[in-house]
Amino acid sequence: MQSEVIKVSNLDLTFETNDGPVHALKNVDLKINKGDFVSFIGPSGCGKTTLLRVLADLDEPTDGDVTVNGVSPRQARESRAYGYVFQAAGLYPWRNIAANVRLPLEIMGYSKEEQLKRVTKVLDLVELTGFEKKFPWQLSGGMQQRASIARALTFDADILLMDEPFGALDEIVRDHLNEQLLNLWKSTNKTICFVTHSIPEAVYLSTKIVVMSPRPGRIVDIIESNLPSERPLEIRDSKKFTEISQRVREGLRAGHIDD
Amino acid sequence: MLAILMTKKTGIGSESNVLPVTCVIIFIVIIWYGFSILLNAPWEFDKAKRNSITLSATELVTNTWAQKRPKLPAPHQVVGEIWATTVNKKVTSKRSLVYHGLITFYETIYGFALGTGLGILLALGIVFNRATAMSVMPWIITSQTIPILAIAPMIVVALGSLGFGGLLPIVIISMYLSFFPVVVGMVKGLKSPEQLEIDQMKTWSASKSQILFKLRAPRSTPYLFTSLKLGIAASLVGAIVGELPSGGGGGLGFRMLSGSTFGNTLHIWSGLFSAAILAGSLIAIISVIQRIVLKRMALEL
Repeated sequence: MQSEVIKVSNLDLTFETNDGPVHALKNVDLKINKGDFVSFIGPSGCGKTTLLRVLADLDEPTDGDVTVNGVSPRQARESRAYGYVFQAAGLYPWRNIAANVRLPLEIMGYSKEEQLKRVTKVLDLVELTGFEKKFPWQLSGGMQQRASIARALTFDADILLMDEPFGALDEIVRDHLNEQLLNLWKSTNKTICFVTHSIPEAVYLSTKIVVMSPRPGRIVDIIESNLPSERPLEIRDSKKFTEISQRVREGLRAGHIDD
Repeated sequence: MLAILMTKKTGIGSESNVLPVTCVIIFIVIIWYGFSILLNAPWEFDKAKRNSITLSATELVTNTWAQKRPKLPAPHQVVGEIWATTVNKKVTSKRSLVYHGLITFYETIYGFALGTGLGILLALGIVFNRATAMSVMPWIITSQTIPILAIAPMIVVALGSLGFGGLLPIVIISMYLSFFPVVVGMVKGLKSPEQLEIDQMKTWSASKSQILFKLRAPRSTPYLFTSLKLGIAASLVGAIVGELPSGGGGGLGFRMLSGSTFGNTLHIWSGLFSAAILAGSLIAIISVIQRIVLKRMALEL
């Protein structure tokens, strides 16, 4: 029996805007187990990012219950239960890579030795060893994003929330980073929530795919992937992979017909 | 003011505008010599009439450029006056421009330091406290609509009657002018981090002061330097304006005022140029520091 890490029930979220209320999320129910790799996929405006932000306590739900690690998102945030990776790397230009990666550790009050130890470890995990003294502008977009992932890993949160982390990168870099991310997930046994626009990316990475649809943002399908845990990039040509992709595509299309 | 612009342009590393700036200077100098003739000629004619002689054109021109008390001294006279009252005078002499320049310099630096401090404090209050923003901001703006020339004598008199004479009233006036650009710039600078950066800090449960020191303050550095350049020029203006009603203390403003009182235009012009050179140098120093710091931080304006 796996333990539940994230539980969302009857979640509703309405933003008040100048053009009237926008129903960003409606009746969202979701359970995520420890060690799951969950992708949220859907067109723009389906609320996938908003859902991630609710889990991270960056947005507040209008109605419904959300627990992260058995407590409210706020308590989870305050106990540093998750690492969050944004679409932009958001590295500080005045800090070198090591100093950027240790920023959360400084904020959380880790000792200098502990900071050094952890930075060395996570930079190794994302294959950036040797780049400690480089500044962000000296790194490619893919490397910057890896540094940003390393930064989210430093404080050993069990949950990793990733909002289209590779959205701005080209496909070759993206494939490579996806492979690395899978390895990282397997070696650390973290629970990962991953927002994406890309069907192949979602199918390749996930154990569970949440298909969402806009106006109002809601979940239309939840697919448990039965792909083997060993996933070389070639797996994307397999029959199973195509079947799952097909189901995701149908889910996305069904969501649109409802409009 | 011209000297400020020139120093700003030619001062640091922008070789491309040396030629246009030189052309402008030459143009201005020519016009200036022309006006020297025009404005100083009547006195030469009077003198010639009294002595019943007729002036040749060459005599007229050379005479108008060499009067003891010209209406408009020629450029070389101003340069000569500056040379005579800096290099050829003891620094401790009250006739030395260095002596007066140093007084103005200290007033400017103290006023600038206080103004910058006050400006940053007010900006912090405005950014972090809504009540402060609502209550203080209108007053800050109002403060700058009052002509400094009107309020300077009142500050001098008020502080003087409380027993604070000397430098303090002038420093206060200088501060009064220089805090404003710092407030405006720093409010903008402290608010300049993107939402993503603030959210990121939130995911680490960073406190307000951690966000301030690790994110907002470094992000506001480019804004701070822009403000400092405006602020130091304003400080100098404040110091000079403050010297006028104070009387007796010395300084470039005092020197210009006494020149005006005794009809000594050379004193006025040499004081004016010294003030411009001082302002230009101070701005140039800040520009150099700005360049070094922002380059090190990989932040560009």
